[in-house]
Amino acid sequence: MTAISQTRPPRLDWPAILRDAGLAALVAFLLTVPLVGFRTVDRPTGLGIELHINEVVAAIALVFLGRVGLSMIRSGVALPVLVLSLVVAVAGFFINLPTETLRVVMIGGGLVIAIRALITVMTHRSKLTQAERDRRMDRIGAKVQHASRYLAPVGILFAAAFPMLPIADRHLIDIGILLLTYVMLGWGLNIVVGLAGLLDLGYVAFYAVGAYSYALLAQYFGMSFWLCLPLAGVLAALSGVLLGFPVLRLRGDYFAIVTLGFGEIIRIILVNWYQFTGGPNGITNIPRPSFFGIADFSRTGANGLPPFHSLFGLEFSSLHRIIFLYYLILILALVVNVFTLRIRKLPLGRAWEALREDDIACTSLGIDRTKIKLAAFAIAAMFGGFAGSFFATRQGFISPESFTFIESAIILAIVVLGGMGSQMGVVVATLLVIGLPEAFRELADFRMLTFGMGMVLIMLWRPRGLLAHRDPTIVLYKNGAGAAAGEKGA
Amino acid sequence: MDYFIQQLINGLSLGAIYGLIAIGYTMVYGIIGMINFAHGEVYMIGSFIALITFLVLGVVGITWVPLALLLMLVFAMLLTSVYGWTIERIAYRPLRNSPRLAPLISAIGMSIFLQNYVQLLQGARSKPLQPIVTGSLTFFDGQVTISYVRLATIVLTLALMVGFTQLIQRTSLGRAQRACEQDKTMAALLGVNVDRVISLTFVMGAALAAVAGMMVMLIYGVIDFYIGFLAGVKAFTAAVLGGIGSLPGAMLGGVIIGLIEAFWSGYVGSEWKDVATFTILVMVLIFRPTGLLGRPEIEKV
Amino acid sequence: MSTADKTPLLTVEHLTMRFGGLVAVSDVSFTANNSEITAVIGPNGAGKTTLFNCITGFYTPTVGRLTLRHPDGKEYLLERMPGFRISKEAAVARTFQNIRLFGGMSVLENLMVAQHNKLMRASGFSIAGLLGLPTYRAADKQAVELATYWLDRVKLLEFADWEAGNLPYGAQRRLEIARAMCSEPVLLCLDEPAAGLNPRESAELAELLIFIRDQHQTGLLLIEHDMSVVMTISDHVVVLDYGRKISDGDPAFVKNDPAVIRAYLGEDEADEPAAAAGEGA
Repeated sequence: MTAISQTRPPRLDWPAILRDAGLAALVAFLLTVPLVGFRTVDRPTGLGIELHINEVVAAIALVFLGRVGLSMIRSGVALPVLVLSLVVAVAGFFINLPTETLRVVMIGGGLVIAIRALITVMTHRSKLTQAERDRRMDRIGAKVQHASRYLAPVGILFAAAFPMLPIADRHLIDIGILLLTYVMLGWGLNIVVGLAGLLDLGYVAFYAVGAYSYALLAQYFGMSFWLCLPLAGVLAALSGVLLGFPVLRLRGDYFAIVTLGFGEIIRIILVNWYQFTGGPNGITNIPRPSFFGIADFSRTGANGLPPFHSLFGLEFSSLHRIIFLYYLILILALVVNVFTLRIRKLPLGRAWEALREDDIACTSLGIDRTKIKLAAFAIAAMFGGFAGSFFATRQGFISPESFTFIESAIILAIVVLGGMGSQMGVVVATLLVIGLPEAFRELADFRMLTFGMGMVLIMLWRPRGLLAHRDPTIVLYKNGAGAAAGEKGA
Repeated sequence: MDYFIQQLINGLSLGAIYGLIAIGYTMVYGIIGMINFAHGEVYMIGSFIALITFLVLGVVGITWVPLALLLMLVFAMLLTSVYGWTIERIAYRPLRNSPRLAPLISAIGMSIFLQNYVQLLQGARSKPLQPIVTGSLTFFDGQVTISYVRLATIVLTLALMVGFTQLIQRTSLGRAQRACEQDKTMAALLGVNVDRVISLTFVMGAALAAVAGMMVMLIYGVIDFYIGFLAGVKAFTAAVLGGIGSLPGAMLGGVIIGLIEAFWSGYVGSEWKDVATFTILVMVLIFRPTGLLGRPEIEKV
Repeated sequence: MSTADKTPLLTVEHLTMRFGGLVAVSDVSFTANNSEITAVIGPNGAGKTTLFNCITGFYTPTVGRLTLRHPDGKEYLLERMPGFRISKEAAVARTFQNIRLFGGMSVLENLMVAQHNKLMRASGFSIAGLLGLPTYRAADKQAVELATYWLDRVKLLEFADWEAGNLPYGAQRRLEIARAMCSEPVLLCLDEPAAGLNPRESAELAELLIFIRDQHQTGLLLIEHDMSVVMTISDHVVVLDYGRKISDGDPAFVKNDPAVIRAYLGEDEADEPAAAAGEGA
């Protein structure tokens, strides 16, 4: 097939290309005129309006050129497009532009076209079919899965050694904690979404239940973190069962919307139940964890516990607590991971995956769908609860604002973008979704914008997620003599 | 009693707005079986476009209120439909044969994108506007007032509903639309341009949402980039309550949700009104997933 | 053919199923025996699949009684049981007309899922399994053995590690039967098992079904269009038309029943000699 596109010289049908690009430019004009071209501004006399015509023109030009570029790629002229689009992207970095928005659009647009052209240049194909793309990505996924046998221990060793490395300062360890929290949440939600195939849009509710459980138990009863951690997990699991029981009969989209509703209900309760939860102001002064109830991380010790540094004969450092928290979340995350890896090989885990594949067949084999789904829901909720109480103790302060729908969407995006069911995918997606924006702080305004667009683009490009690849949980032929395994590994 | 009637009017106008948005959900669900999660944002965009049109008209010097309102309505409907069309074209059409979760995730991404797009361009602060349409009818010696805007909302919604029902039942476009709802493959075989019908569904939904957005801006006089999320979920609730896929159902559901919200705020307190809506959503889905006017669905084996 | 233990296994009494105004199955009664193959035949829309869905718990019948009597004498009223318990407790397994495998999972995993309830108990509802206790490992091994046995039976042993969705069509049909058998049923319901199979595959299927009947003392209930298969292997045939039972008896009787010929074989009498010849074998 490659031969065809090579032997036939690329022919460009310019009238058609221009007409198509012109239509796209017209749509871009209609889209941008009201919202990009006119900006509402606050004036002392009330709302005023500002004209930003240059941005509209720029947007139209970019759409026009981009569309022409795409048409050219489709007709097989990829190399010039690649060069040009790279030039545009690079120019975006260096040219003085009137606004930051334009810069992002230019760089982003240029890069998207460039990547598209690059793929064409590399594969000598003007367009890969969805199936071909899927197969290619699946092979990559399989390779990663295979490599993760070696990569995972290396990664874990690195994560464990990280706080000891000379480069690790307070800021980096904080980012590490943030990343690990999302990895843990992603792995937790993966049980429901990736394994059982239930689209949960309200996972943050359990995160909130865990956080508030610890905060409230500590506030009202003075209970310690180590006592509250399991309790928070149990309470979150209970709320999972409570919420799950009525809704688990629902299918697909309905289920998603109801979980979203539940997430919002919990948040509204947190906001409105002022006397109990502190309302929108949240809860402050949440106690920090002790060193397993043996020592305290403050300079002088607290609650009758000796200070950590003197107990271990160290110089006092405020980093000790941070490092301890880092290891705590690392271990919590790994617990979720080990649990998932093991449960997949057990009947419960297999039933979850079977449920995702075909729930009617499950019923016909005597599997109680509700019970199985409930188990997935409760277990994932429990892990969310653990993560929540960790979040509360790390921040020392929580408020309903940390538990909005967008938080659920981010965790879900991590699971789905990584590739449903793929443990490694969650790690990669967390690095992308949480790590990249941390690295590009100056573009913070564009974080959610690109995040939303990224979700759309990745779905278009690869509906099953980046590293979606599934290895069987049990094999009959250990040496990989099974034909399918051979076919895939190649 | 007066208070009751006042809340009734408020509820009806609010319900009309939810109903207009709900039609977009219900039509899209009926034809491609997905929840257009970004529809709430379309409504928000519609309301921004109406606001911006009004401000621009002020600059241009068109201040005669009826003309200004008409132009706002036209521009909001037209330009918002372009948004509806583009969203479908970019984010949903390529995913039509993908696993069920993919378009929903794409829709959520689209919704996040649009929200931040408007926030970035128009600012995060809410946009207050001096009332454009003032005046009201009073009854019961001034005990009950119905502002012209609320009245207009109800009347306009009724008119749109009548026109829209005619469109769906009488025209060939409506016939094609209903055919696609039943069986897309068969409709395509019979020469219906399915892609175009789906596009038009999004366009119509967006245009109606724009009307809702404009009315909300006129009634409350303040909008922000975040109004789409909650209104979207409530309108979806309305669509489900009425029976998803059913147009009168969407309107009925909208009115019920609007009334519940108005009475809940009026008699119980406005803090918990959203909990009430979500509770209704959950209850309906659990006990009557087909909604009030929906057709029962049998699990195909 | 063993004639020793032909006790009634499934008794269907006055079964009626209405969908709104449509009566899909109307007052149907029949009995399916243990260690026998009972075929339900009828033209399209005769209500066969609806009948099946009632028996296997996907629909709750409007009227009627479905009694399943296990060889040990225990009785189950199927119409009162939720879907999953019909397989879990009453041990009724089924296949689907439009094959429902767990396409993304391996062939072996499909058969392991079929043994879910047994393994779930053995894994101490996952706790013993998570701890890796030997009791679970033994049960797991046994389950693999059962799966291997059936894979061998349906000639899929070498494909054990394949993704089920990648198997050719005929193999998928056989895998679905193997999966149903792994749940160790007393009654196996097959919804058009020969649909889409070529003649050689149909013959193999017939052999497999007879093996299941004779060696595993399982009752079989099948819906079928392929008359040659039905007439060759069935011990008992029930004919439906427009939701009503119009004939009931052994293949030879049904074939010559004028009501059946009128409703079903009417235009197709040319097929009869072939079917008769097949039956004689």
